[in-house]
Amino acid sequence: MDLKDNLGATGDDFYAALIATHDGLSESQSHALNARLVLIMANEIGDLARLAILLKAARKDATG
Amino acid sequence: MAYDYTPFPYTAPAGLTAPEPRHPVVIVGAGPIGLAMAVDLALQGVRSVVLDDNNVVSVGSRAICWAKRTLEIFDRLGIGERMLEKGVTWKVGRNFFGKDEVYNFDLLPEPGHKYPAFINLQQYYVEQYLVERALDLPDLIDLRFLNKVTGHADHGDHVSLTVETPDGNYTLQADWYIACDGAASPTRKRMALPFEGQTFEEHFLIVDVEMETSPFGTDTPERWFWFAPPFHSGQSALLHKQPDNIYRIDLQLGPETDPKSEATEEKVLPRLRAIVGDAPFRIDWMSVYKFRCAKLESFVHNRVLFVGDSGHVVSPFGARGGNGGIQDVDNLGWKLAAVLKGDAPARLIETYDEERQHGSRENILNSSRATNFMTPKTAIEALFRNEVLHLARDHGFARRLINSGRLSQPCSLAETSLQTAGDAPLRPGSAAQDAPLTGPQGDTWLIGQAQGDFTLIGFGGTELPDIDGVRCVGIDSHDRAYTCFIDRDGHAKARYGSDHIYLLRPDGHICAAFTAPDRAAISAALQTAKGN
Repeated sequence: MDLKDNLGATGDDFYAALIATHDGLSESQSHALNARLVLIMANEIGDLARLAILLKAARKDATG
Repeated sequence: MAYDYTPFPYTAPAGLTAPEPRHPVVIVGAGPIGLAMAVDLALQGVRSVVLDDNNVVSVGSRAICWAKRTLEIFDRLGIGERMLEKGVTWKVGRNFFGKDEVYNFDLLPEPGHKYPAFINLQQYYVEQYLVERALDLPDLIDLRFLNKVTGHADHGDHVSLTVETPDGNYTLQADWYIACDGAASPTRKRMALPFEGQTFEEHFLIVDVEMETSPFGTDTPERWFWFAPPFHSGQSALLHKQPDNIYRIDLQLGPETDPKSEATEEKVLPRLRAIVGDAPFRIDWMSVYKFRCAKLESFVHNRVLFVGDSGHVVSPFGARGGNGGIQDVDNLGWKLAAVLKGDAPARLIETYDEERQHGSRENILNSSRATNFMTPKTAIEALFRNEVLHLARDHGFARRLINSGRLSQPCSLAETSLQTAGDAPLRPGSAAQDAPLTGPQGDTWLIGQAQGDFTLIGFGGTELPDIDGVRCVGIDSHDRAYTCFIDRDGHAKARYGSDHIYLLRPDGHICAAFTAPDRAAISAALQTAKGN
């Protein structure tokens, strides 16, 4: 499985914005932010079959 | 073999015995930027005096990675082919996370360009080639080594300088003072100009080693980059090849290190062994450095102009220091020449600041992001970075997020004031693209025909108007009063289309595009491009 690159040339802008969103937070605050972000993004995707694929991709190697 | 640092000769300057007439241009600093500036101006008939406190080329390889656009500029200055011949052309890059290769890429050369995406060549060779080129132009370039500028004052319409030599001090006057005196610019310090930006706390160790056996295990030169290398805990490392079997090794040391004790053979040798194995090598040069990303608010201060590192500094990741500086030279050269010849208003110089501030911001943004990716500051930043690397094994999107330097690209000047907006396959503001052509003198390249003057390019049946001060180039046109070329492999039409007429600035940037040979519209765009 190779997820399609949808960010393309905007990848660096997104990554910088993601890191900046965490500026000044403690580690536990950051983990909470990440959890909220996952839930928000899942709602935006809104397609359970698609989400199942993403969950599987993220789970791969999790214990490796 | 180690580079032979032969000193350049010092000659007692005329100013020591009698006042010199006012010079049009004085360039302070004979590094790659100052020398390129002098050659660029000379090719446009402008004389300059180049002052440097030293008399040898840069010690150590320093800037090594030269991008295609820079090579095209050096082509115009007359040393591009020499650089290409000596330089190492690499195209395979490998990124490692720990001991595992995460992915590799092959910068497959795009056909139909004279120059590749990048070459590696030590800064001292570039400086040597530029000095030799400057010596070809003795009536236009006055090179003065061991001439240290100790003071300067702007008098509104000219600048005066005091200069120290082994034979004593003298003064000089010049219409324009170009500061190419590097990141620690004494000019900038004398003027007490704020130079602010992001400082990175990590120390980096650069070592050049000479060795016969390629550490890549292949004859093809590669670029290897490690995140969290197994031989150097928790940090990053880079291995890159230069000519003469010299390899650049760059190791991130972290903020808590003592730079003095790190730059000793005792500390360095075990790290090098971990990378290159048991093959015999010789340490050619090493340096420990910290860096920051900073720039001046303005590169133009009345008659004092800042070019290269004196005006802006970046982290080395992405090779945007030397390449950015050469783009400054390319941008300023034709403008200053036009103003000095009375062919353009003085405000054209202001557009050097406008356009290169834009380029400099882009370079700072990209090199800061690469540095942040390589040196995560918090646990969460490290977590994201490492998971991007984990995902990159399987997913192309994550590979694109890996940032070990976004290598220098020409920046677009689309939004700046000299360009006339227009729609064409190559938009106004972008740098010209090369293509192989065949002309009356045989095979040539588009960049060799379209830089150095304002140039109109037209295709096929188009008949370009004759406009004073504009060179015309026809592609796949016949029986014209101007030179015509055959688009021998179709690359020119593929890149430019065949329905547009392009007006290029002397620095090879497209400043306007037209769908018809309308003399009035082209003349108006030419005036706009000259700042009128």
